[in-house]
Amino acid sequence: MLRGVRDSLVVVVPLTAAAALLPFAYSNELLLFNFIVFLVLAQGVNVIYGFTGYLPFGYVGFFGTGAYGFSLAVIHLHLFPLVALGLGAAAAVLLALLLTPLFRLSGAYFAIASFAAAFAVYEVVSNPHLDAITKGPYGISLSQIYNPQLSYGVAVVILAVTLGVTVYLKNSRFGLSLRSIRDDSLSAAMAGVNVVRARTLAWLISALIAGLIGGVFAWYVSVFYPETVFGAEFSVFAIVFALFGGVATVSGPVLGVIFLYGIYNVIGISAPQYFQLIYGLLIMGLVLFLPGGVVPLLRRWGIDVP
Amino acid sequence: MMLEYALLAGAIFGLYFALAGLGLNLVFGVMRIVNLAHGDFMMLGAFSAFWLFRLIHLNPLFSALFVLALFALLGLPLYYLLVPPLLRAKDPEMLSFILFFGFSQAIEALAAIAFGPSERSLPGRLLGRGPIRILGQAFPAAWTWSGIASAAAVLAVYLYLYHSRLGYLTRAVMEDREEALATGIDVHFVSAIAFGLGLALAGIAGVFAPFMLGSATPSMGLGLTLQSFVVIVIGSLGNPLGTVLGGIIYGVSLMFMQTYFSSWASLLPYVLLILILLVRPSGLLGRQVRRA
Repeated sequence: MLRGVRDSLVVVVPLTAAAALLPFAYSNELLLFNFIVFLVLAQGVNVIYGFTGYLPFGYVGFFGTGAYGFSLAVIHLHLFPLVALGLGAAAAVLLALLLTPLFRLSGAYFAIASFAAAFAVYEVVSNPHLDAITKGPYGISLSQIYNPQLSYGVAVVILAVTLGVTVYLKNSRFGLSLRSIRDDSLSAAMAGVNVVRARTLAWLISALIAGLIGGVFAWYVSVFYPETVFGAEFSVFAIVFALFGGVATVSGPVLGVIFLYGIYNVIGISAPQYFQLIYGLLIMGLVLFLPGGVVPLLRRWGIDVP
Repeated sequence: MMLEYALLAGAIFGLYFALAGLGLNLVFGVMRIVNLAHGDFMMLGAFSAFWLFRLIHLNPLFSALFVLALFALLGLPLYYLLVPPLLRAKDPEMLSFILFFGFSQAIEALAAIAFGPSERSLPGRLLGRGPIRILGQAFPAAWTWSGIASAAAVLAVYLYLYHSRLGYLTRAVMEDREEALATGIDVHFVSAIAFGLGLALAGIAGVFAPFMLGSATPSMGLGLTLQSFVVIVIGSLGNPLGTVLGGIIYGVSLMFMQTYFSSWASLLPYVLLILILLVRPSGLLGRQVRRA
């Protein structure tokens, strides 16, 4: 409980305040918004990979589903953006429910299957035959509800809630039971943990987070193509950022996003290949030399990070 | 007429997909790791063929032999650099997935820096002119020769695994790594050879990729890995011969989709992969390999 309060004071409050106040001091709001998107996605990966050990290689599937659920609710049902956001998130959660049988697979098979699932959703959404419903490959335009201030504000709220969720998972009984499943699901079951229920709940929370931020992304940018919101780099970046900082911690994914996405914005935009090379080598180095990420290293040096 | 064409073209492509999956499956079978950079080695094979033709007009059939030797040699140091540290870790399979993903990104980036992002293709006439008729159906000569070369490579791997001493040792390591070690087999050496062979097979498949898949780009790797993964999951993970069955089933169903439901054909690999993983995770010919 006390640790939860401390974690909130050290990470959640300053980060949320920074996200809310920086637009007044710094003019590139789109960049700040992208930072928020990746902070949220990296924490979403953290929820499912960090705490249960299942690597959602197709995590972007929920992001894109959220974005499309939101947009289609606006276009076809003419809903208010905030209501449509709920529908987009519900679509992502529904997709996650459909995919729960994938938990029968272990390790790399789960990762590959979730990747294939995200591709399948993308192929359906972008298929020219569904032009009348999804606008197919021609993309979505939501200029009638374009509202950067409000959508940015909603993104900040989602960031705060997501960070709160990881603080809760790190310090609660539920989070502990998830980690026990990750380390040894059989022993966890014998100790009275309802493995299937806990794992499914973590999976749905993780999908909900991606669906919400996907919907806000659609709202904020308001013009996008299927390959924008189903781009594999969303999953890949979120996973790499979370791994770099250290999963199953609150601050790890945050450090990963601030450091790596910072580097990306310095060199990655002008020379994407060089950034790709750097993060490819970085992933290899992490697995070989620092499998736990940065935060466990800091802790080993005696620095207490949340 | 269309049915026969789809079946025969599916079989030709199936042989090619079998070759594409074979190396990935060999590496998985021997080391229990997932080489997510497999498709990137195919991409490198395709670019090797392209540049060997552009610079010294080498016929792709000879490029394939060159790539075979080069990639096999490359595989040995790569094995000792990457795999033993992985196998000592707690969950090698999962870690290998992430490690080789990083490797695949690095290769893709280097290829994009070296070759530029544009599409490269090779003229089909390099593998013979005019269509070749098989059972009354006409196919491009490039397809036919790629299919024959694939079949030859698959046959060579079969002979290696089942009729040579090193292949015998390889199968022993596949069966049980610990026991192989206990009987005095140099497990790391055998694995390194299998790793090199896996990369070499990916490279050869890559040489024919411009003919079978149309063109080559530095970013084609991940999609090819996924496609190869589908093939070996259908066959069965860790069973190299199952790959041939997997390849042919995949090739025929792909051709059927393209002939009869062309607008949804691109969905096939993903849906097939998920369905088979869910219904029969061990593959059609496999024994039970899944844990928990």
